[in-house]
Amino acid sequence: MSAGHYQYWIVAVLMMTGLYVVIAKGNMIKKIIGLNVFQVSVILFYVTMGKVEGGTAPIIAEGFEVYSNPVPHVLMLTAIVVGVATTALALSLVVRIHEAYGSVEEDEVLAMEDDSCGGGG
Amino acid sequence: MDAQLPALQIVIPLLAAPLCVALRASRAAWLIAVTACWSSLAVAISLLRRVLAEGEAISYHVGGHAPPHGIELRVDALNAFVLVIVTGISAVVVSASRASLSEELPEKRHYLYFAATLLCMTGLLGMTVTGDAFNVFVFLEISSLSAYSLISMGRTRRALTAAYQYLVMGTLGGTFILLGIGLLYMATGSLNMADLAERLCGMESNRTVQAALAFIVLGASIKLALFPLHIWLPNAYAFAPAMVTAFLAATATKVAFYVLVRFLFGVFGTDFAFDAMHLDRVLMPLALLAMFSASTVAIFQRDLRRMLAFSSVAQIGYMVLGLSFASELGLAGGIVHLFNHAVIKSCLFLVMAAIAIGVGSTNIEDLRGIGRRMPLTMAAFVVGGLSLIGVPLTVGFVSKWILVRAALEAGLWPVAAMILASSLLAVVYVWRVVEVAWFQAPAEDAGALRRPPLGLVLSAWVLAAAALVFGVFTDATASVATRAARMLMEAGS
Repeated sequence: MSAGHYQYWIVAVLMMTGLYVVIAKGNMIKKIIGLNVFQVSVILFYVTMGKVEGGTAPIIAEGFEVYSNPVPHVLMLTAIVVGVATTALALSLVVRIHEAYGSVEEDEVLAMEDDSCGGGG
Repeated sequence: MDAQLPALQIVIPLLAAPLCVALRASRAAWLIAVTACWSSLAVAISLLRRVLAEGEAISYHVGGHAPPHGIELRVDALNAFVLVIVTGISAVVVSASRASLSEELPEKRHYLYFAATLLCMTGLLGMTVTGDAFNVFVFLEISSLSAYSLISMGRTRRALTAAYQYLVMGTLGGTFILLGIGLLYMATGSLNMADLAERLCGMESNRTVQAALAFIVLGASIKLALFPLHIWLPNAYAFAPAMVTAFLAATATKVAFYVLVRFLFGVFGTDFAFDAMHLDRVLMPLALLAMFSASTVAIFQRDLRRMLAFSSVAQIGYMVLGLSFASELGLAGGIVHLFNHAVIKSCLFLVMAAIAIGVGSTNIEDLRGIGRRMPLTMAAFVVGGLSLIGVPLTVGFVSKWILVRAALEAGLWPVAAMILASSLLAVVYVWRVVEVAWFQAPAEDAGALRRPPLGLVLSAWVLAAAALVFGVFTDATASVATRAARMLMEAGS
């Protein structure tokens, strides 16, 4: 609420923007972009969490008493890898969908599915 | 060697997966996958026996760093039980899979299926065995990413869109869990589950912790396909290769359910999750809605695979219902149902795979008269179907009986009545298939049947037999589940 916590506002706005894009956009690539924004907001959340006011990088040296918390940053290295892997897999799926349907617009693809398949919708 | 068992649970499938890719040949990859699965099952069984004998949790410190700062693998009665389920079902399904796989995937790509299955298993076992909250997220994503690629291997192009849809939903779910864990870390400064549970005592009114609970429950509910967050499930199950469906239906949603149980009872505790936050008021109606709406939708499906998929959503409802009683008996019912449904559904999906090979279709209309033409296969379907309904002497009866008792114990007799009423819906959709298969004459123009591979039918019967054996000797599963539930309830209050 206070100005000192502005980073949480950024995280929340980014997160909701990402979620909105995932839900509202019909283009499959745009959905992936939304998904990325959504994931990055959480990464940002962790990274800001580790910051200690007046703290330096956590390398023990003379003259420095206060250090930032490195744990959230380390965790986020893993989360970034996960995010990259997810994006790569999602994009490769979109490429295959484009090959199979000739479109990456969700409503066009869904319309084709209803025409071609008797399996029920 | 004994001390390394918890780590071996993750390491065996993790190392076997790249080995499959290196060898490439279908038979070699299959042999490696089968060996890895059965040895994982052996490890899981010895862990369960040790936990039950010693009566306390086995703690394994990864890299020798002691918790709460080091990563801990922690095996107790609950997750040892889940480990046995996951490895057991994987072992049976992977053993059966080579024959059926040739129908759906060119042989030169088989090794990818085995590698992805082993990676998915690594993730699921990792989620189950770990005692570290952040590890849950990492392993969740390992299992999810390999599950997406497994689903996209389906024969039709709809498998691609199903995988894409699951990917979007699954990533949202995973990220919600990540956010929840972050909030927990922010409030407590710890990621170790046992340590978190201690530090969360007396933080009931902390907004950060409340938000963490909300995000973790939401994320886990997406992954376990709780109604109305289940929309990814029917397509994913219907268009994935049959063997992938049999594997995922029995393992992925079950482990997600385990994660929900672990966080609610092992980390947040019943006092916080149910007495203070009244989570049961959300989960119970959703569980009941899942039971009724998904069962009703299942009745109107024309395709056997989609019918079974919707029935899965309904069965997940029973598990969550058990959890939402927040009592020892209800939780035990949910855990037993986790076991039972894993056995039943993988049996039914294996039967479905055999039908798909034999008839060349899974449309219920095309199944006319196959009861007499494929008696052995369809008999396994009947056993699985009866368990799904919850007929006495099958496993389905055991869990529904415990759930009804838990409902009555909580004084909620309308809920008990609804459990029975929704079972009647299961009678309808199972009977539809049985009626078509056994009581209708085969169509005049029906083509010749192909014999389904023996290994497939045999595996389906192994699981059907398990459904009967554990339905008669109910103590085996019920006593482990009760012990697990008691341990959770005592720790959580």
